[in-house]
Amino acid sequence: MSTLTLLKVERIKLFSTRSPWWCMIVAVAITIGFTALLSAALRGDDLLFYRPAATQFAYNFGLLIMMVMAVLAVTTEYRFGTIRASFLAVPTRTSLLLAKTVVVALLAGVVGELAAIGCWLIARAIRPDSPLSLQTAADYRVVFGVGLVYLISAIIAVAVGLMIRHSAGAISALLAWSLVVENLIQIIPNVGEDIQKWLPFVVGNNFLYSGQSFFASGETGTLDDMPFGPWGSLIYFAVVALALLAIGLGLAKHRDA
Amino acid sequence: MIQARGLTKRYGRTLAVNDLSFDVQPGRVTGFLGPNGAGKSTTMRMILGLDRPTAGDVRIDGKRYADLKDPLRHVGALLDAKWVHPNRSARSHLRWLAVSNGLPEKRIDEVLELVGLTKEADRRAGGFSLGMSQRLGIAGALLGDPGVLLFDEPVNGLDPEGILWIRQFMHRLAAQGRTVFVSSHLLSEMALTAQDLVVIGRGRLIAQTSTTEFIEAASGSTVRVRGPELARLREVLVAGGLRVEDAPATENEPAALVVHGASTDTVGELAGRAGLILYELTAQRGSLEQAFLQMTGHDVEYRSAGLPDLPGTGVPGQSSGTAPGAAVGAGAAAVGWTKGESA
Ligand SMILES: Nc1ncnc2c1ncn2[C@@H]1O[C@H](COP(=O)(O)OP(=O)(O)OP(=O)(O)O)[C@@H](O)[C@H]1O
Ligand SMILES: [Mg+2]
Repeated sequence: MSTLTLLKVERIKLFSTRSPWWCMIVAVAITIGFTALLSAALRGDDLLFYRPAATQFAYNFGLLIMMVMAVLAVTTEYRFGTIRASFLAVPTRTSLLLAKTVVVALLAGVVGELAAIGCWLIARAIRPDSPLSLQTAADYRVVFGVGLVYLISAIIAVAVGLMIRHSAGAISALLAWSLVVENLIQIIPNVGEDIQKWLPFVVGNNFLYSGQSFFASGETGTLDDMPFGPWGSLIYFAVVALALLAIGLGLAKHRDA
Repeated sequence: MIQARGLTKRYGRTLAVNDLSFDVQPGRVTGFLGPNGAGKSTTMRMILGLDRPTAGDVRIDGKRYADLKDPLRHVGALLDAKWVHPNRSARSHLRWLAVSNGLPEKRIDEVLELVGLTKEADRRAGGFSLGMSQRLGIAGALLGDPGVLLFDEPVNGLDPEGILWIRQFMHRLAAQGRTVFVSSHLLSEMALTAQDLVVIGRGRLIAQTSTTEFIEAASGSTVRVRGPELARLREVLVAGGLRVEDAPATENEPAALVVHGASTDTVGELAGRAGLILYELTAQRGSLEQAFLQMTGHDVEYRSAGLPDLPGTGVPGQSSGTAPGAAVGAGAAAVGWTKGESA
């Protein structure tokens, strides 16, 4: 079975139910909506320092929704037994699941890109006088890079879905990790922040926000002394995602379906 | 043709399938019979490469399932009618299956027509009745026009009409020369559906044989015989080495004799040589389900009472009885189960 065939199969599967459409629409809408609120709420000096990086603040909202969608793309197949029907049709499990990962990740990437551009545009529409035009490479990266972060995050979500196989368990694990563990670990005295710098979503965020500052306070949106620069961070993030995917694929291949 | 050799599956401490070997021939419906929990579904999942055997090997036309190119063109399976996304339409479900194996999209309409789901094709599968789900499952199995078909308890939960439809469908598929392997825990159903049987209990092979032979062997052959001189008839038969019981008159039937372990031929011949007149000479079958329980070793009491009549009792175990038609009567005693003994 050719790669194109498998991609087509997974595309049909994904789009022949309604929930992915809802996830995509909600992800884009909520992210843009939040940015619109933020833009409207800014006052005083902050408006003078309202730069493109700050328009992407809300990318995490859409990201969480797309990660949930990516998890569900895997776990609902286990839930309804369609994974078995799939493995009967395509016994080479790894290639089929890779095709699924590609379709889901690309979709998440597109959604991330749409959300990011939408956020930037709406901010400009609401605050035409703020310095929101794209000037530096960092400005371009923080807007157009969001799709890449969505794409890689979706790979992680698929991997977690393959490992855990149950919707509730996989979603809880993923949200607990990305929302709780990666943020709260800094509470641990001495080593907390050193560990935090190496956690995947923190590093992925650094790809977008490295070297940025915005608002009057000079906020940066990332930690000081991160181990990698922006592109190094992206590579590290991608490597972690692919490693998790390799584990998920290995499990799916060796476990009983 | 399906060939299983030494197939074994262990889930933790449960030995679900234990050293199972059998062949399934093309052109016939082969029943896969065993009580609940005997390991039928597990075996089918191993045949289809979904579960990994702990030991042993199973091949379809000489190949492992995973090595089949476009497997839906070789093997069609319906293990569970619910393996469909409830929010996907029947057509979309068949569509991704067809695309995956390079089947033309017009084939989707053909199989929908074949199972009578044309009108429901665009409805979501989650709203289907069990019978409709089953039909959709069969449509999926037939999509690639495969030579080998597997069905796991296809009539479970269906109404009589649905059962009849599936039964006739299986017969048609086998008549077209396909290999049809269908599981059930009901011997009475298999007696009507299958020509051959692979019988298992607690994961082990009990018999591989034709259905008629299995039923004869399992239910024991009893002959009812009646004539004007019952007492003399009885003497003649006992002298001929047969075990004879009296069957006293009932409201419906006059008094007769019941002969165990003999055919009507033997009884008729003995009576004829003695010059005795016979009014009735009929072969009788025990209840199929009772026979089945007896063979699968569940009903211990019935077994100890009834087993001596079984031809071949005590033949050394046929646990690997792979020759078709060879293993009848290797029954429960030979395999050695008693209630409470763990496999
Ligand atoms: N995935 C699994 N994990 C653990 N045990 C299992 C699993 N699948 C089956 N078993 C056990 O293996 C044995 C055989 O089960 P199986 O479903 O194959 O039987 P069956 O013959 O299909 O029964 P039924 O007529 O009820 O469908 C049972 O004891 C069952 O509990
Ligand atoms: Mg079963």
